[in-house]
Amino acid sequence: MGGAWEWAVGVLDWGVANWSYPGEPDRGILPRLTEHMRLAYLSILIGLAVAVPLGLACVRWKALYPPVLTGVNVLYAVPSIALFFLMLPYTGFSDWTAVVPLALYTLVILLPNVVDGLRQVPEHVRQAAVAMGFSPLRRLVFVEMPVAVPVVIAGLRVASVATISMVSVASLVGLGGLGQLILSEGFRRQFDAPIVVGVLLTVLLAFVTDALLVLAQRGLTPWARRDDRRSGRGRRAVARASAGAAARAGSGTPAGERTTPGERQPWTS
Amino acid sequence: MDILNELVAWFADPAQWTGSAGIPARMAEHVYFCLLGLLISAVIAVPLGLLTGHTGVGGFLTASLANFARALPTIGVLFLIVLAAGIGLVPVVCALVALAVPPILVNTHEGVRGVEPRLRDAAFGMGMRGREVLFKLELPVAAPLILIGMRTAAVQVVATATIAAYVGVGGLGRYIVDGQARQDLTMMLGGSVLVVLLAVLTTLLFAGLRLLLVAPGLRAEAASAR
Repeated sequence: MGGAWEWAVGVLDWGVANWSYPGEPDRGILPRLTEHMRLAYLSILIGLAVAVPLGLACVRWKALYPPVLTGVNVLYAVPSIALFFLMLPYTGFSDWTAVVPLALYTLVILLPNVVDGLRQVPEHVRQAAVAMGFSPLRRLVFVEMPVAVPVVIAGLRVASVATISMVSVASLVGLGGLGQLILSEGFRRQFDAPIVVGVLLTVLLAFVTDALLVLAQRGLTPWARRDDRRSGRGRRAVARASAGAAARAGSGTPAGERTTPGERQPWTS
Repeated sequence: MDILNELVAWFADPAQWTGSAGIPARMAEHVYFCLLGLLISAVIAVPLGLLTGHTGVGGFLTASLANFARALPTIGVLFLIVLAAGIGLVPVVCALVALAVPPILVNTHEGVRGVEPRLRDAAFGMGMRGREVLFKLELPVAAPLILIGMRTAAVQVVATATIAAYVGVGGLGRYIVDGQARQDLTMMLGGSVLVVLLAVLTTLLFAGLRLLLVAPGLRAEAASAR
């Protein structure tokens, strides 16, 4: 017991001592953490920026969806380590070597959620908007997209956690934020403190991001909270819908998988 | 296109295909680690998932484990186990097992939990005992999900076993490590292509297993649900 305590204190000491070096902006833990956040958030944002228009197109032209989904799933079967190396000749040692594959991976989760989110807009809501004189574009932006927000955010949460943990793998091609800490400070020097600090900070970053997304969802869908206060049923219905959509996204097989709500999102390597 | 030509030349070189550093030998090593890791994980995770799914005990625990495991950076876990246990086959397989257990466990648990209550009631109504319900109803109905969990785990294990080369055990990762050391891009790319190939083969293998193991009725239901 005493040994474990001393070990933990040692790890903490190392973390505090190496947090940042004034005057050397590229040394220490903090620059790695910010690099990690930059790579992960950029990938997620690009993934979302691709998934939303692609999802809209798939809802508009139904025949597009199965082939696109299959293509995304095939890409997902490619291990990230291999894809990073395959990117090297084209993007060199720039951020894009990590960001392009990571953004592509998020699509496998985000695209089905965008499509399911838009498809589950109740028909009477759509008709009410039409009757109120909403043009198709305004209906999309002010009615259908807000109603789809919970399902899209359910996808974003899973995609962001997966992406944040995957960024570390990019350290093998010389990027990778906290992965750098794990590989070059920790493993190459046979020193466990940086590895523990790197792993813990990655998990922490993932959980904080997840919490922020939950907050964002609450902010973006005030009506869910109102419903909740009134009946307590609305929220649960939304949660059920998004859980179902998230589960479908994770099945990894082109449509037609039996869907049960619950946690079953894919892990990536 | 220069790189492509070099890559083709690399694969076409007969020296690549023989000896202990040849592609078949490296591929065999890689497949060996992966199979070992996956088998051990399945032996641990499937019975545990069946138990927790059937009894409903520990559902919260598996869900939390899933979230936590998804956030864990794989290379951190591998390097930490190797630092703690030393270099060799055992730590590598331990790390692969640590990565493969959560997806299989969670999917098995969710698969059994997700069996329709009506079906379960019907099975009990027919006079089946708890164990019979588990093996004759819940296991077959959960099979598609369990297979998805195993496929996820398998693809991840195939990819992560690449890092085994960083800790001095063979496998396809050797091409990537040696290629990095010699600044030989073609070799690194060749290794990556082989890993991708193996991952795609794994996915296909599980598509085949699905045809073999999932009851035809369930597959028909899945198809009609579209």
